[in-house]
Amino acid sequence: MEKEILKMKQITKIYGNGVIANKDVSLTVNRGEIHALMGENGAGKSTLMKILFGFEDKDSGEILFDGQNLDGKKPAEIIECGIGMVHQHFMLVESLRVYENVILGMEPKKGLSTDKEAAIKMVKELSEKYNLSVDPMAKVSDISVGLKQKVELIKVLARNARLLILDEPTAVLTPQETEELFEQLLLLKKNGHTIIFISHKIKEVKQICDRITVLRRGRLVGTMDAANATEEEISKFMVGRDVVLKMDKKPAAFGETLLKVENLSFENKDKKKVLNNVNFEVKRGQILGIAGVEGNGQNELAECIFGFHKGVEGKVLFEGKNLLEESIRQIRENGVSYIPEDRLSTGVATKVSIWENLVSDRIDSKLLRVKRLLSQKKIQEMSQQLIKDYTILCRNENQEVGMLSGGNMQKVVVAREFSANPDLLIANQPTRGIDVGANEFIWKRIIELRDQGKAIMLVSADLNEVLELSDSIMVMCDGEVAGYFEDSKEVSEYELGLYMLGLKKQGQEVAAE
Amino acid sequence: MSAFLQTILTPDFVFTVIRVMTPILFAALSCMVFTKGGIDSIGIEGIMLICSMTGPVFSYLTQSAIGGVIGAIVTGILLAFLFGYVTLQLKAVEILAGIALNTMASGLTIFVIYYVAGEKGSTQSLFSPVVPNIEIPVLSSIPILGDILSGHNILTYLAIILTFVLAYVFYSTPLGLRIRSVGENAQAAASVGINVMKYKYITLAIAGTLAGLGGAFMSMGYVSFFSKEMIAGRGFIGMAAEAMGMGNPFGIFLASGLFGIADSLAVRLQLLNFPTQLIQTIPYMITIIAISIYSYKRSKREKKL
Repeated sequence: MEKEILKMKQITKIYGNGVIANKDVSLTVNRGEIHALMGENGAGKSTLMKILFGFEDKDSGEILFDGQNLDGKKPAEIIECGIGMVHQHFMLVESLRVYENVILGMEPKKGLSTDKEAAIKMVKELSEKYNLSVDPMAKVSDISVGLKQKVELIKVLARNARLLILDEPTAVLTPQETEELFEQLLLLKKNGHTIIFISHKIKEVKQICDRITVLRRGRLVGTMDAANATEEEISKFMVGRDVVLKMDKKPAAFGETLLKVENLSFENKDKKKVLNNVNFEVKRGQILGIAGVEGNGQNELAECIFGFHKGVEGKVLFEGKNLLEESIRQIRENGVSYIPEDRLSTGVATKVSIWENLVSDRIDSKLLRVKRLLSQKKIQEMSQQLIKDYTILCRNENQEVGMLSGGNMQKVVVAREFSANPDLLIANQPTRGIDVGANEFIWKRIIELRDQGKAIMLVSADLNEVLELSDSIMVMCDGEVAGYFEDSKEVSEYELGLYMLGLKKQGQEVAAE
Repeated sequence: MSAFLQTILTPDFVFTVIRVMTPILFAALSCMVFTKGGIDSIGIEGIMLICSMTGPVFSYLTQSAIGGVIGAIVTGILLAFLFGYVTLQLKAVEILAGIALNTMASGLTIFVIYYVAGEKGSTQSLFSPVVPNIEIPVLSSIPILGDILSGHNILTYLAIILTFVLAYVFYSTPLGLRIRSVGENAQAAASVGINVMKYKYITLAIAGTLAGLGGAFMSMGYVSFFSKEMIAGRGFIGMAAEAMGMGNPFGIFLASGLFGIADSLAVRLQLLNFPTQLIQTIPYMITIIAISIYSYKRSKREKKL
C-alpha cells in the first residue's frame, strides 16, 4: 500500500469572473496522519475541498485517492470511495432524529420500510467504538452544538470514510468540547483513519496535527512537519509577514467611570431569564473583556446596553443618563458605538455598496451635505478615506458589501463604528470568523481607541482575544457575573474556564467594584 | 336548538360530511406533500381546477371513467412539474408562480370546455362516464354505521386509504425520509449525495397526483360534470387544513373533517331559518382562523431560523 492516501496535483480553478481560487495547488496527505490545511479566509481552502468532493469543477490538475483517479466523479461516488466531510455549518436536518440523519441516503431496508432497529444499532455501535456518545433517538434540534458535531462524525464514519475532512471544527466549540474532540480525533487516527483538519488556529494545529499545508491567496505556500514548525513560522507562512500574535500594549491608565450597569435583568421571548442582576463598570482607558461560553447572556448584555430590547430591568448609566430609556439613535448620539455579533444580519446590508453602509449611521450629518442635500462628492471623499484608513480590500466604494471577504466586511463595520468617534465602544465578537491579518488590524485599532482614553466593552467567545486585549475581565455564566478580575494578568486561561463553566463563582459584591 | 341537533345528529349528515371533506382531504394531502418536499403549495387551487376540467374531458374522449381519472392525474403531475420547473430551475418566486397558475386556470378551463363542449359554463352536454359509488358488503348491512360508511365514491375510499399510505411512506420508508430532508435542508441532503432535484420532482409527481385525484372527484364523483370555478377555494382550504393538521397525515384528516363539517353545516342550516348569509361565512371563518394559526406557526418557525 502506498504511503500517500490522497494526492491532489497542480489543481487550478479560476472562476468565471477571473478570481483565481486555486493556482497549481498540490496537497499530499499520508495514510493515518492528521494533516492541517491552513490559510486566511479566502486563501482557497474551501474551494480546494469543494473540488475534491466534486461540488466544483477544476480547470486543471489531477486527484488520486488510494491510487484511484477521482476525475469526473459525482459527490455521491466520492463519498462511496471513502472520503467524508464535517462541514463548518452542520449539514443536519433539524427536525429529524439523530439516527435518521446518520442513515440519510444510505438507509438500511427491511422490505419497503426503513430498518429502524438496524439503523439505531449501527449508530450505537459507532458511537461506542469511537467514544462519540449521542442518543440515536434525540431530535437534532434539541441537542447542543458539540453533540451535533458528534452526529456529523458518526455520519461520516457510517459511510466508511477513511479520509475525514473537518472544516474549522473548533470554531463552534467550548474549550472543554475542543479537548474532547481532539481526543476523539486521536482515537480515529489510532483506528487508521486519516484526517484533514482545516483551521486557522495555530495552537490547535500544533497540538494535534502531524503535518501542515498552508495556502495563501489561492497558492500553495508549503507543507511542513508540525513538530518542527514554530507558531511564528506558521503565521508568517499564512499571512506572509510577521503577525504579532501577542498584542503589545501600554499599561492601562484608567480614568473616570463612563458606563455603570446596575442590577440589570432581562427575560427573553421564551420567558427565560437570560440576564440576572448584572452589575459592572467600564472606565475611560479600560478594555473590559466579557468572557463566557456562548449563550450565557453576553450577547444579550451587549444588546440590552445598546437598546435592542424592551422590558429590561435595572439601570445602564452613561454619563449620568439611563440608556435604557433612550432609543438606539439617541444612544449613538451620546457617543456609543456598537460592533454587532453577526455582521451579516446586523452589521452590514450585504446587497448595497460599501459607501451606503458607511454612511448609514450619519446620513443626517451636516458634514455630508451641501445646503440641505446630500453631497455625493463628500460621501465619496469620506468613503474613500475610510477605505484607505481601514485598508478595506475592494475595487472601489461602489462595490457591493456582500462581495467582500468576511474580514473586509468586518472592516467596513469597524470603519463606520470607529469613525463615529465614540466614547464607549461595545465590540461584540469583533473578530469572529475573519483572517489573522484583519484580526490583528482590528485589535490594534481597539487598543488605539483605549489609549485615547475611550472605554471599551469587549464581548468575545475567543478566550485568547479576551486575554490578549482586555485590561480587566468579567466572566458571565448562566446570565450572571461569575467572576471579575480587575487585572487580566492575574488570571489564567484555565482558571477562566472554571468560571465560564460554572465550576467556580465569586460573590456578586466583588464584581460590582 | 333541538331542530338544529336533529339536523346534524343523523347518519345522513355524517355521510355528507365525509363526501364534502373528500376534495379537501385530497387537497390537504397534496399540500402536505408539497410542504414536506419544501415546495410552496399555493398553486394547488389552479392545479385542481384544471384537473377537474381534464377529468370529464378525457372521460368523454376515452368513454371510460378510468381514462378520465388518469387524464386528471397526468394533468396534475404535468402542472406540478411546470410549477417546479418555473420555481426550482428558473427561480421564479413561488407565490407569484402560484398566483399565475391559479389565474391561468380560471381562463384556460373555460376556453377548453368551450372548445370541447361548445358551452362556457359547464361540460353537462358531454357524455362523460363518472367514478361510481360502491356499497361495501357486510358493512352496508350494519345499521347507522353502514349508512355512514358505505355507499361512498371510490375516490373517497381512495382518499382515506391514501392518508394511511402517505403516513407510511413519509415516516417509515427511505423515500419519505429523503423527501423530508430535501424539503427541510436541501444542502444537508446534497452533502450525503442525495440528488435534490430528483426528489423535488418525485415530490411534485406525488403532490400533482393527489391534486389530480381531488380535481377528478369534484367533476366525476361529487357532481357528474365540470362547471366553471368549481373548486371554489377548496385548494386553499386544503392548505389551511394542512397547516391545522401540523403536517401530520392523521391531523390533516381530522382538520379536513372539521372543514367538511363546517361546509355541510352551512348547507343544512340554510334549511332551518338561520340567516343564509351568516351561515355561508362559516367555512371561511374557519379558514381565517386556520390560516391565522398557520401564519403564527410559520412566523415562529422563521424567528427560530
